[in-house]
This record gives sequence, C-alpha cells and structure tokens, in this order.
Amino acid sequence: MFDRRDLLKGAGLAAMAATLNSTKALALDTVTLPFANGERPLVKYPQKRPMIGLTSRPPQLETPFAVFNDGPITPNNAFFVRYHLSDLPYNLDPDKFTLEVKGKVDKPLKLSLKDIRKMKATETVAVNQCSGNSRGFFEPRVAGGQLANGAMGCARWRGVPLKTVLDMAGVQSGARQVTFNGMDGPVSDKTPDFIKALDIDHASDGEVMLAYGMNGEDLPFLNGFPLRLIVPGYYGTYWVKHLNEITVIDNVYDGFWMKSAYRIPDTPNNAIEPGTAPKATIPINRFTIRSFITSVPDGARLKAGATTLRGIAFDGGKGIKDVAVSTDGGKTWTSAKLGKDLGKYAFREWKLPVKLAAGSYELKVRATGNGGETQPDTPRWNPAGYLRNVVETVRVSVA
Amino acid sequence: MIMQRTVLLAISLAFAAVVGSAFAAPINYKTPDEVAAFKPGPNLEVVQGNCSACHSADYVNTQPPMKDKKGFWQAEVTKMIKVYGAPIDDADVGKIVDYLATTY
Repeated sequence: MFDRRDLLKGAGLAAMAATLNSTKALALDTVTLPFANGERPLVKYPQKRPMIGLTSRPPQLETPFAVFNDGPITPNNAFFVRYHLSDLPYNLDPDKFTLEVKGKVDKPLKLSLKDIRKMKATETVAVNQCSGNSRGFFEPRVAGGQLANGAMGCARWRGVPLKTVLDMAGVQSGARQVTFNGMDGPVSDKTPDFIKALDIDHASDGEVMLAYGMNGEDLPFLNGFPLRLIVPGYYGTYWVKHLNEITVIDNVYDGFWMKSAYRIPDTPNNAIEPGTAPKATIPINRFTIRSFITSVPDGARLKAGATTLRGIAFDGGKGIKDVAVSTDGGKTWTSAKLGKDLGKYAFREWKLPVKLAAGSYELKVRATGNGGETQPDTPRWNPAGYLRNVVETVRVSVA
Repeated sequence: MIMQRTVLLAISLAFAAVVGSAFAAPINYKTPDEVAAFKPGPNLEVVQGNCSACHSADYVNTQPPMKDKKGFWQAEVTKMIKVYGAPIDDADVGKIVDYLATTY
C-alpha cells in the first residue's frame, strides 16, 4: 500500500528537483575543446541546460557553440556563467534583498526589489562577453580560465537606468567614479572582494542599467539574480551580479579587481609581442569587434552544391556595418546579407548563399564596424588572454 | 481513481508551491556535487588541504600544458598567496609547486 504522505512528499521532492534543488552530480558526457587539455564535462545545473563545465567551485559554465546558430538571442538556460569567488548567496531572499546607494550622494538610498520594479522600466538588447572568452586559443598559452568561444551571449535585459537611481540619490560635485559590489564574496577575508568601478560620466550615461529581467524572465540565479549591472559594449567583468551595493566616490578606485586584475597593455590594439610583459596597462573596457560562422562547425563535411552560410557579429557599440565571407582562405571576400538590427550592442545575424564544388575549403568571416574597425588576419596577444578577435576560420571538406 | 486524483492534485500543488514561492522565500539554489579531483601525486594531501579551501580542483586540472612547468606553477602559487591571501605555510609552498609541476 502506498502511504499518502510519502506520495505527497515524493511529488514535492520531484517538483523541487525539477526546479532549483537538484543535488545529483550529473556529468552527462564530455566535450573536447579544440586546444591542448581541452576535455570538459557537460554538466547540468538547476535552471541551465547541459553546459560545458569549466570549474565547479565557484561555478563557471561555457555555452556549447551550436547554441549561437539558433538565433541572435541566447536563451537564459544556455547563457554562460562566470564567478571569481566561492561564497555565493545561494540562500538569498528576494523579499529581503536591498540595493544600497551611498557615498558622495545627497540622499543615500536603500531600495527593495519591489521599489526597483515599480520604477519606469527600460529594455536593451546587449551582448555580454567574458574578458577571457577564447583564451584557450592563445599561443603561447596563458594562465586563467581556458575557454573556447562560448563565454558570450546576447539577451534582452529589462530594468532601470543606473542614471535614474543616481539622480534619485543626488550625486555630489567632485564625484569621479561609482563602485559596484555584489552579494558574492571570498571564502577568506584576506581575498579581495570582487568590486568594479566605472567613471561617473559612464555610469550616468543612461545606457548602463540595473537589470532584473532577462529575455522576459527573472535573471537565472547564476546570471546574477535578483539584480545585476548591465554595461553595454563592455566586457562582462563590469556586469556585477547579485548587485547590492553602489558607492559614489571622489577618487579613482584602487581595489585589486580594477588596479591589478583585468588590465590590458597600453599599446596600439592593446597588443604586445607574444610571450613578453607590457610596460604600462589600462583597465579592460570595450569589446573588440568579432564575427563567427555558426552554421558549420570546424571539420564539417558538406555535400557539394548550394548551401547558405550563417553566423553572428558584434562589436563594442558602434554597430556592425559589414560582414564579409571568404571561401578561399581569405583571397576573395563577399559581403553577406545582414539580419535584423536589434540594436548596436546586440548580436547581428548574417547569411550568405554559396556554391561549393568538391574539395577542401577554408571558410573565413570578417566584420567591419560603423567606426571602420575590423578584425586582424593574425591573432593579437596579451598576457592575460583578453580581447581575442582574429578572423575566424572554419575548415570544411565538400564531397 | 480517487487515489490517482489525489496524487495528481498533490503534484500540481507542489509545483504551484515551488513556482509561486519564487518571491516568498530564500531561493536555496543547489549546485551539483563537486566531482573534479586532484590527480594522484607527491604531497597530494598538502595540495588538497591548502588549495581546496577556496576553489575546486578543476581550476588546476584545466590549465594549459606549459613549457616551463616549474616557473608557471611557482607563479600561480605565489599569486594565490600574495594576491588572494591564501594562508599557505612557507614549508608547504615548495611541496605544492613540486606536486603541480610534476603532476600537471
């Protein structure tokens, strides 16, 4: 005989497991990223589909690249995850969540999630990309998270402009920067907490946003629930998750994560001779321009005849002017047809019908932005493995 | 029949309770169990004791094969101590670097 209470309990547990409380380690399979020591488990986290597992504590998950062929919006359950420190607010209570705005302001604020959701909402479609996206392809190799090209994604973010909140608080004259701290923190109090800073003009530009919504839903926990910073065109390091502390300061923030980490060489193209060290550095900032073929993976075998190549392009906020494709290893280029413009910070889809006879091909794709910047034919190098944007090549054989 | 309906109702209610509770309780997010482990090697227990306090073993396992292994891992361990404040005894530093350089 069934015990009714057991059934109730069982049903409840099944439902819980289906949402947030799955505790089983589910290594579903492995994938091998195309660089040395690139074997990774496919892992299943609550609210996420199977993702490429880079690290488990703190969690870092890469998006399987095939997802980018499904459209210009990356689904929430496929969006990449990157943390720095292991003390995550796994038990945060959204009803008790408070965003504090303090420092050089006339009226310090403590806003609940309800307060923020009551304010006039705005939406923007923007790419978030990890500074170290594609680091695994650097040669010579460099230390850090060894990612292929899947630490990026494009979502429709919903929230309020940071400017609105700063105006409510009344920024005092002499303010120079704004710092952002989230609820995630270090295990040891000797480890610097993850705090990022933006110049006051940037923070007040009306585009930087406090987002609670992502593609029509609440932010997934691992993408910063219940509130994160959106810094369109800028690398993900600034997009602070679980954001609960905003401080206006009258100096330039000198914490570890600004002063020492996430720095790029202060040189043309922020590149240096491979294997050397830079003389001077600046904080990483806007995305370099990139484009990808998404419809054909490297090493694919295609049937001879007509096929349509498809992909995506994006840049740091000027917008994409042109995407050119080469099927002969870069000797000749043809402009692709650009897809719908979802905004200057979004993935821009492209497609190009081509005819391929039997043989081997090097397919290449190169984007040009509205500011005229384009992608280099050979990779640029910096010691942290940031900013990769070489023209991508996909090798296919046609029969 | 009655039993089946009761169970169905219970399942629906349980779902409603979980979904509806998104804004009424702490979210209690649970990550999968940690499965990555340090490879066997000399002084493994010293490495486990010092490194695992702050991060999982895959932070080490996924690093690229470097030409100068000793130099690479010495720099990493130094970074953990100087930058991230890892409380590693002086006597353990050499053991950890040796383990990493010979095992990875």
